[in-house]
Amino acid sequence: MLNVFKMALRNLARFGRRTLLSAMLITLGIVAVLLFIATAGSFKAMMIGQFTDGVLGHLEVHRKGYVASIDTLPLNLNMPPALVGKVEQALAKLDDVEAYSERVKLGAMFSNFTESTSIRINGIDPVKEAAATPLLPGRVTEGEKGGPMVKPGEVLIPALLARGMKVKVGDAVVLVATNRDGSVNGKTFVVRGIVDSMTGPSGRDGYIHINDARELLRLKDREVSEIVIRLKHPARLDQVYAQLNQELAGATNKEGKPVLDVHTWADLSPFSSIVRMIDLLAVFIKVMLVSIVLISVMNVMMMAVYERIREIGTIAAIGTPPRRIMSLFLTEGLLLGVGGTAIGVAISLAVIYGLNVWKITFDFGQQQGLVLSPTIGVPDVLIIAAMVIVITLLASLQPAWKASRMDPVTALGHV
Amino acid sequence: MTLIRAEQLVKTYCSGEVEVHAIRGVDFTIEAKSFVVFVGPSGSGKTTLLNMIGCLDHPTSGTLNVAGADVSTLDRRAAAEFRGQHIGFVFQDFNLIPVLTVYENIEYPLIMVQDWPEAKRRAQVTRLLEAVGMAEQAHKRPSQISGGQKQRVAVARALATNAQLVLADEPTANLDHDTAYRIIELMKKMRDEFGTTFVFSTHDPKIMTEAEVVFELEDGHIHRKVQELAGVQHA
Repeated sequence: MLNVFKMALRNLARFGRRTLLSAMLITLGIVAVLLFIATAGSFKAMMIGQFTDGVLGHLEVHRKGYVASIDTLPLNLNMPPALVGKVEQALAKLDDVEAYSERVKLGAMFSNFTESTSIRINGIDPVKEAAATPLLPGRVTEGEKGGPMVKPGEVLIPALLARGMKVKVGDAVVLVATNRDGSVNGKTFVVRGIVDSMTGPSGRDGYIHINDARELLRLKDREVSEIVIRLKHPARLDQVYAQLNQELAGATNKEGKPVLDVHTWADLSPFSSIVRMIDLLAVFIKVMLVSIVLISVMNVMMMAVYERIREIGTIAAIGTPPRRIMSLFLTEGLLLGVGGTAIGVAISLAVIYGLNVWKITFDFGQQQGLVLSPTIGVPDVLIIAAMVIVITLLASLQPAWKASRMDPVTALGHV
Repeated sequence: MTLIRAEQLVKTYCSGEVEVHAIRGVDFTIEAKSFVVFVGPSGSGKTTLLNMIGCLDHPTSGTLNVAGADVSTLDRRAAAEFRGQHIGFVFQDFNLIPVLTVYENIEYPLIMVQDWPEAKRRAQVTRLLEAVGMAEQAHKRPSQISGGQKQRVAVARALATNAQLVLADEPTANLDHDTAYRIIELMKKMRDEFGTTFVFSTHDPKIMTEAEVVFELEDGHIHRKVQELAGVQHA
C-alpha cells in the first residue's frame, strides 16, 4: 500500500499544474465553507445577542400559563413570593447563571396630559436588569447616561411612542394601570430616556422601577411576572435549561402539576425561526460548495484517467491487478483531497484569526461599532474536512473504477 | 520443452458491421528459451496473435496453451495475474512511465505487480541495469534518454519479474536500423543469459534474419516457417 501511495504522490507531482489547480479548487471550497460558517456564526451570535442581551435574556421563568396569555399581561398569573424564592434557590445552585432579574409586567394607559395611548411596561430593578440584559442600557438613546437606568418616579419610553406622542426627556407623563381587583391607579412619572425599539416581544416596551410597578398595581407582596436569566456561556443553554427544569420540577400545585415554566429565548422570540432559516441557508450553501468540489474533483480525475489511457494500458498489460490500478487512482484522489483540505483548513484558520485580530466593526441599525468575531468549532472543521475528503474519494471512485476496467489492448492503442 | 502451443486458433472480431478474420485457424508450437519472430505485412495478424499469447485478448475458438495453462478461458483478473507471473512485454512505443526514472521503471512491476521486498528489488534492478547496459543512466527520466536506450529499459522491465516469456510487438519499428539491430542483439543476449523465451513481431525482413525461428503470417494464416534454428515445429 505504501508503494501505491508513493506512486500516487509521484503521479500528482508529475501533473503539477493540474494537481495544483484541483487542490486549489478544494482549498477554495474549504475556505469558502469554513469562512462562511465562521462569519455566519458570528452574525448569528451577534443577532441573537441583540435579543438575549437587549431584552429576553437567555432563559425566562414564568408561572405556568403566563406566556400563553402574555398579550394580556395577566396579573393573576404573577409568581407569588414563595415561588420567586424557589426560583432564586434553584438559580443559586446553577454555576452557569451569570445574573438574573425579576420583572413585573403590566399594561397601562400612557398620557401626556393632552392625549393618551396604551403602553406595555416592565417594572425592573435597574441594577439587576443591567446585569441580566447588558445591552438594555445601550438601547437608551436619549436622556441621562450613567447611574441606574431608571430611578423611582422615572420612566423610559419606547422611541416610537415618544415620537408619536411628542414626548421629550424631562417631560411629565401619567401612567394609569388597571389593578387585579379591577380598580385603576395612576402615577406621574418623569421621562428619563427614550428606548430604541426592537423587533419581537418586549421590543417596544417602556421601563419603570419595579417598586413603582408594584405601587401602581397596588401589589402588597413581592410578586414577579417573570425572571430573566443570563448565562455565563450561552452555548450551554440546553444543559442549563434541562438543569433548571429539573430544579423547578418540585414546584407543583395541589394536583401535583408543575406551576412554573422555563422558556429559552428561542421559545419566546419569533426571531428563532429566522435563526433556523439561517442555519438552513448555511446547510444549503455547504451542500452547494461541497457539490462544486465533488464535480470539480470528478472532472479532474476523469481527465487524469483520459490523459493516461496508454499508461493505464501499459501497467495493465504488464500484469498490474485491476484492484491495484483502482487503488492507485483512488489514492491520488485521496491525496488530492487531504492536501487541498489541509491547506484550506490552515488558510481558513489563519483568516479567522486575522479577522479576530483586525476587529472589523460595523453598524447594524441603532447598534454602533459591532465587532465581527468569527469563530469556528473543532467539530465543524473536522466535519467539513471529513466531508470534503470523503467527497473527493467518492468523486475519484468512478474514474478509478473506469481505469481498472480498461481493456489493455484498447488502452494501448489509444492515441 | 514446449512453452506455447496453439491449435486451430481463430480470432474474429467486428469492425463496425464488418467481420474481420484476423487469425484463421493456426497451429504452432514454440519451445522454451527460443528466439522467435512473427513477420508479415500490416494487418496480417501479428499483433492479434501476440495479444492472444500475452492474454491481452481471447481467441474466438481453438486452444492456446502458454506455460502449461489454457489461457483462452482466463477472465480479466486471472489474465492480469498470469501476465504478471509469466509474461513480460516490450512495446513499439517503449511505453515507459515518464514520471519515473530508468531505475524506477524497471522496478515498477516488482512493486505494483509482484510486491518484492526492497533489498531483493534493488538487487534485481541493478542486475538488469548492468545486463542491458543502462547502469549509468539509472537515475535519468525517459525524456532524457534516446529511443534505443528506452527500448533497453523496456527489455529490462519485461525481464524484471523473471518472466518465462517476453512478447515484443514491433520493438524496433521506432528505431533506426543500427539501433534496431542492437536491440535484437540485446534480446538475444538476454535470452542466453536469463533463459527467457523471446517472441517478437516485425515487418522488417532484415531484422527477421536475426531470429532462430521465423513464422510468416499472411491474412491470418501462418503462411510458412522460413527458418528453424531452434526447436520449433510448425504443424
